[in-house]
Amino acid sequence: MAKSKKNRPGPEITPEIVREHGLTVEEFRRILDLIDRPPNLTELGIFSVMWSEHCSYKSSRPYLRKLPVEGPNVLQGPGENAGVIDIGDGLAVVFKIESHNHPSFIEPHQGAATGVGGIMRDIFTMGARPIALMNSLRFGDWEEPRTRFLLNGVVDGIASYGNCTGVPTVGGEIYFDSCYNGNILVNAFCLGLVKSDRIFLAGAGGVGNQILYVGSKTGRDGIHGASLLASSEFDETTEDKRPTVQVGDPFTEKLLIEACLELFECDWVVGVQDMGAAGLTSSSFEMAHRAETGVFMDLSKVPLREEGMIPYEILLSESQERMLFVIKPGHEKEAFAILDKWGLDGAIIGEVIEEPCVRIQFDGKEVVNLPVFPVVDGALDLKRETKRPEYLDQVVQIDLTELPDFSHGDAALKKLLACPNIASKEWAFEQYDHMVRLNTLVLPGSDAAVLRVKDTQKAIAISVDCNSRYCYLDPYEGAAIAVAEACRNVVCSGAKPIGLTNCLNFGNPEKPEIMWQFQQAVEGMGDACRFFDIPVVSGNVSLYNETKGDAIYPTPTVAVVGLVEDQKQIMTQGFKKSGDQIALIGFTMEELGGTEYLKTMFDRSDGKPPVLDRKHEKQVQDFCLELIQKGFISSAHDCSEGGLAIAVAESCFSYGGQTLGATLTLESTLRNDTLLFGETLSRIIISFPEERTNEIEDLAMAFPVDFSLIGKVGGSHFTVTVNGKEVIKQEVNILKNIWKTSLGNYAGQVT
Amino acid sequence: MKCGIVVFPGSNCDHDCYHILKHILNQETHWLWHKEEASLESFDLVVLPGGFSYGDYLRAGAIARFSPIMNSITRFAKNGGKVLGICNGFQILLECGLLPGVLIQNQSRKFICKNVFVSVDNPDTAFTQNCGEKNVLEIPIAHHQGSYYIDPHSLGQLEENGQIIFRYCDTNGNVSAESNPNGSVGSVAGVANEQKNVMGMMPHPERCADPLWSRIDGQIIFQSLISNS
Repeated sequence: MAKSKKNRPGPEITPEIVREHGLTVEEFRRILDLIDRPPNLTELGIFSVMWSEHCSYKSSRPYLRKLPVEGPNVLQGPGENAGVIDIGDGLAVVFKIESHNHPSFIEPHQGAATGVGGIMRDIFTMGARPIALMNSLRFGDWEEPRTRFLLNGVVDGIASYGNCTGVPTVGGEIYFDSCYNGNILVNAFCLGLVKSDRIFLAGAGGVGNQILYVGSKTGRDGIHGASLLASSEFDETTEDKRPTVQVGDPFTEKLLIEACLELFECDWVVGVQDMGAAGLTSSSFEMAHRAETGVFMDLSKVPLREEGMIPYEILLSESQERMLFVIKPGHEKEAFAILDKWGLDGAIIGEVIEEPCVRIQFDGKEVVNLPVFPVVDGALDLKRETKRPEYLDQVVQIDLTELPDFSHGDAALKKLLACPNIASKEWAFEQYDHMVRLNTLVLPGSDAAVLRVKDTQKAIAISVDCNSRYCYLDPYEGAAIAVAEACRNVVCSGAKPIGLTNCLNFGNPEKPEIMWQFQQAVEGMGDACRFFDIPVVSGNVSLYNETKGDAIYPTPTVAVVGLVEDQKQIMTQGFKKSGDQIALIGFTMEELGGTEYLKTMFDRSDGKPPVLDRKHEKQVQDFCLELIQKGFISSAHDCSEGGLAIAVAESCFSYGGQTLGATLTLESTLRNDTLLFGETLSRIIISFPEERTNEIEDLAMAFPVDFSLIGKVGGSHFTVTVNGKEVIKQEVNILKNIWKTSLGNYAGQVT
Repeated sequence: MKCGIVVFPGSNCDHDCYHILKHILNQETHWLWHKEEASLESFDLVVLPGGFSYGDYLRAGAIARFSPIMNSITRFAKNGGKVLGICNGFQILLECGLLPGVLIQNQSRKFICKNVFVSVDNPDTAFTQNCGEKNVLEIPIAHHQGSYYIDPHSLGQLEENGQIIFRYCDTNGNVSAESNPNGSVGSVAGVANEQKNVMGMMPHPERCADPLWSRIDGQIIFQSLISNS
């Protein structure tokens, strides 16, 4: 009794307080069962964050277990700060994608900036130097008044943070749809490079080892970011949650990168974890959990930014740019010398103990004494109900005969080139320093970003992808398509896909229809990954992307990483030379469901998404990769949103490249709209010198894979004839200008 | 040529400059740490690289000028030593008065990272002597505070003294408002001091000097310095 009294300073835990902490009555009862006494307020706060959806994955975990996570080159799968894959030459890539959706909607600049900071720390925590940032951004409709503000704020936030840290932001995707009006998505990806024998894990091993706090001082920002902001829907009170958004300091992050990489060189560093969501709480509990040890900490020793902070605040603060190291005793001076060199705060705040507990002292009094396991792993997996949504019955049927076809496609082509989802993202890419550190071989705007691996012949290709409209129409197929497309993008750059990380953005999991979307999408992604033999090595789940009952489209974003063995075999999407042949790998079917064409021309988001034939997809990818590796072709471009006509147009005027015309001569029984703007999958547009034609045709026959010559590069116009009739003829420079300036014009308007 | 590359907290392009000088151009290259004064007599070139020294808090370059190493660099420059400031390095050189003028926010108020063209305004300096017939270089920029400003009278003096080294231009070398990416007065992209031993430029020559890329115009600047040393 005496002990529990000592443990209970502050108010009595009422049902009201429990509810305010986002815990259910059942969960509170479970806490009582697990620790055999009522928690004090600080301890309740710890359970609140650690059992939140954001930290515990309690709704999603049962499904995530079904994803394939193993492969011969996987050095670290899910469960650590990031996944690691061996790329040979004694090197490995470390990567992960993570959401920062809710904060970015409330405060776009800081929300996006700290999203970048957080994902970067996940990477260098593993001992890797971050070498590339990417992102997947989704905003509401262009007509929605807040969209322009959010777009500018997020892009500016990413630029200001990434640029200052000296890690290049090498590309990404930006989509707009009214389903994101009330919940934007900011998914940040980072990739780092590490020696494969110098990977650091986040364990607090070795009783008696010292707990070293490194980085910014702890302030009152971001308290309950994980539990109250990221784990509930938005409503009228959302604006009041602004204080839960953290504030980033990229300069400290840059110093932290350099100092940590220097610390990692020392053999007395045992483990390290960044203080991300749930701050000092999650880092200490998780490190103890992984090493099956305990941790003692004295919060009086934590460097603080403000006076009068209480243990509750110190433990739950999500102040940025902080790390927790475990080092062997006797090396404190060396550690402080490194921190001092980089002008960083550091303090020994505790040590590893044998008893599997986290015991925390403040001002000489014990304020927390909790067993590790219940806090980290005690949240029950929720078996949430699933139910197929009724909207699916209405949206999947589409009668093409109702839609007027066109005889001349110029107007549609121009409208599509200007539409938010197809228009060039150059306006954003130019704000990112995408060249620093001299590794960016392919500038942003091609199918995939490509970075050289210094001191080797290798290169890494990265593509971030998800067509959420497809996922809305069929979450299983949509997620599988995201995997296929990201792989295709990487292949078009000359790389072989080696691993995947995902960011699963969905609505409120308490609704059976949302849970069904989640279940279907994870199954679709898992099946596709198994088929293409791509391990899922890391990921993140973001639920409750819902405002006043309106959920976002299911958005299971994937980032696929590919490996190029020889830097000379890198391919880009732009046409290179007048006179080159243009050919299509794959074939076009009469499909129009879920297309950008339907959305842009008829404001419809219905129909069945295009059919993914996995076997065919694999053949198309293998064939394309072989052409690239044999050095036969001059360009390769994935045919996706906007279809064939848009893909060829983009090859005519790719960002950073020259502008060339093209003439396509097509024979087809399809409608003009589906032929030109349909989004049949498994198609790649390539170009090559005419003298290669026979070799390539022979190879296609031998493979076998569908292959057809469709036109030639050259001239000042983009011209398409179908069955002898001209359906498109436009000056390339005019088209390029429409495509290039649309997004910037929109973003720069003053309203 | 013996080169020193200054590392401030927040320097980002230090490794890139090192890579080009040491590994691509095979020059003897050393790091210079911001906290320490150094004797630089034996050096032929000191490079202040790009980045965000001290987070660019307050004003780009404003804090870095107080670093101990800047005392050594100022002495080195006064004695005729060659100093090249790139991007943030240029900003620092302006802040500590080794070069005239200031750099303010880009006209667009946004960070700009892209390839631009610069015309070589003065080919008779240690930094440009190898340009020869080539009077237009393609070099990337990456900055937020890169709009050069100086009053019209002083600009006239710089022109007279041949202190304007580079101006933004189009592919054919025409200097115009359209080819000026950030609103710099006179489209100035790089200036030197009167003695022409200190030069600052916003474009990043180290980003186009590795032959892995097809464009290596930046090499000409480093090669000029090597020839001169």
